[in-house]
Amino acid sequence: MSALALQIGYLARRSVIRTFRQPASVFFPFVFPFALLAVNAGGLDAATDLPGFPTDSFLAFALAVPFLQGALFATMNGGTDLARDIQTGFLNRLGLTPVRGVALVAGQLAGVVTMGFLQAVVYLSVGLAVGVDLESGLAGGIVLILLATTIAASFGAIGAFMALRTGSGEAIQGLFPLLFVLLFISSMNMPRNLIEIDWFRTAASINPVSYLIEAIRSLIITGWDGQALALGFGIALALGVCALAASGFALRTRLTRT
Amino acid sequence: MKLGSLLSVASGVAWRTLHNVFTTPSLLFPSLMFPLFFFTAFAGGLSRIDQVPGFDFPPGYTAFQFVFALLQSAAFGGIFTGFGIARDFEQGFARRLLLAAPRRSGIVLGYAFAALARWIVTAVILTTVALLAGMNVGGSGIELFGLYGLALIVNVAGTLWATGVAMRFRTMQAGPVMQFPTFMLLFFAPVYVPLELLEGWIHAVASVNPATSLLETGRSFMAGDPTDVAAAFAIAIGLALGFAVWALRGLRSAERAA
Repeated sequence: MSALALQIGYLARRSVIRTFRQPASVFFPFVFPFALLAVNAGGLDAATDLPGFPTDSFLAFALAVPFLQGALFATMNGGTDLARDIQTGFLNRLGLTPVRGVALVAGQLAGVVTMGFLQAVVYLSVGLAVGVDLESGLAGGIVLILLATTIAASFGAIGAFMALRTGSGEAIQGLFPLLFVLLFISSMNMPRNLIEIDWFRTAASINPVSYLIEAIRSLIITGWDGQALALGFGIALALGVCALAASGFALRTRLTRT
Repeated sequence: MKLGSLLSVASGVAWRTLHNVFTTPSLLFPSLMFPLFFFTAFAGGLSRIDQVPGFDFPPGYTAFQFVFALLQSAAFGGIFTGFGIARDFEQGFARRLLLAAPRRSGIVLGYAFAALARWIVTAVILTTVALLAGMNVGGSGIELFGLYGLALIVNVAGTLWATGVAMRFRTMQAGPVMQFPTFMLLFFAPVYVPLELLEGWIHAVASVNPATSLLETGRSFMAGDPTDVAAAFAIAIGLALGFAVWALRGLRSAERAA
């Protein structure tokens, strides 16, 4: 096994174990999205009576949201863990070893990706268990989990960039409201064509989170929608690539070797 | 003399808390931004809900959601103050305060005064934003006084609940214990549509949820057609009195641990 793969393996193992050793890192990503889903699905079921609403089940419509919320929690947790490594000096000590920067970021993201994958499986399983029909079938379920994991990895890379850039867990926590705003100012609760307020519809159309939600939602309530999926995967990958590139630059500054 | 020392402790604690909050943006902004953000997301993104058959709220959906955002800001204004109390315990300040205060119940009173002052600022900003967004107000001055009075009691209840939690756990990690039940109580009420339009389990839960009465009476004040006022105030005052006992017993628990 190459040295790089070995480095990634060790750091990934550490990241995954650390994630699952923190009850708050596991409990809230699994419980909070379901609480909000229950509230929204119950409270907004009447919205399906609106002309043009794409489904008669608000639960199916809203099931896409937990996947994004889960990714959001993954961003916060992954970023906070890395920031803690910086604050406690672990990263500096790591800088004294021959570990490569790419191994550090990739290893760090392993915990986020693992959580993202498990969250996606749980969200989908619960959705199916409470009666949501997956219009895209079994293959759609697999694509959905793949897309959700990709989104979690991309968001995790944003968290890693923020951690490397600021080196502060508090700054990462400060990112949470911004990400929450991005989630709420989107097509999360209403299809964009049914949003009545102009500025909100425009904001939701500019917001990339809308397209991530719509890609997941398309697999649940529409079936196979190539355009929605291309936009969803495209945006997730683009965000991930940009965040990884930015993380690389930030890491170079953070790990300046003398 | 007893009253004098009580008020002296209360005013000292309140001044310090307010000084901390209003000079630290990271403490101030979340409590200001969250209600604004919920109001914007719900009133903007879901405005078409008022076209759902059976929806009848003459002032419109913006006013409908404003009442929820106002009560939510009141409750969470108290919760944010609870975070400050937990932080005071973590940093050791609260222990020194317990040693120094001649009347320790003044500590609880001081935190409650601070939470109230903090919420009043939030309420003024929220109301200004809502009016700028074109909110229609159907209620008279007296009815609006009733609405804000109800929210004020909710703020006191929220503060006393969070104070009791903070004084028992004495750590910031108790934050979710303060937030989560409050969030669930508020969101299992008719947030998006009136109670009559809720169906299934959410209708059953909302029907027995005390927050429903607060919300519906608050909305009736806003519409200029007050209903079930006595019941709503009895619930709000009952919650505040119950949580006052909870907070004072929490103080005793903190004293034993100090």
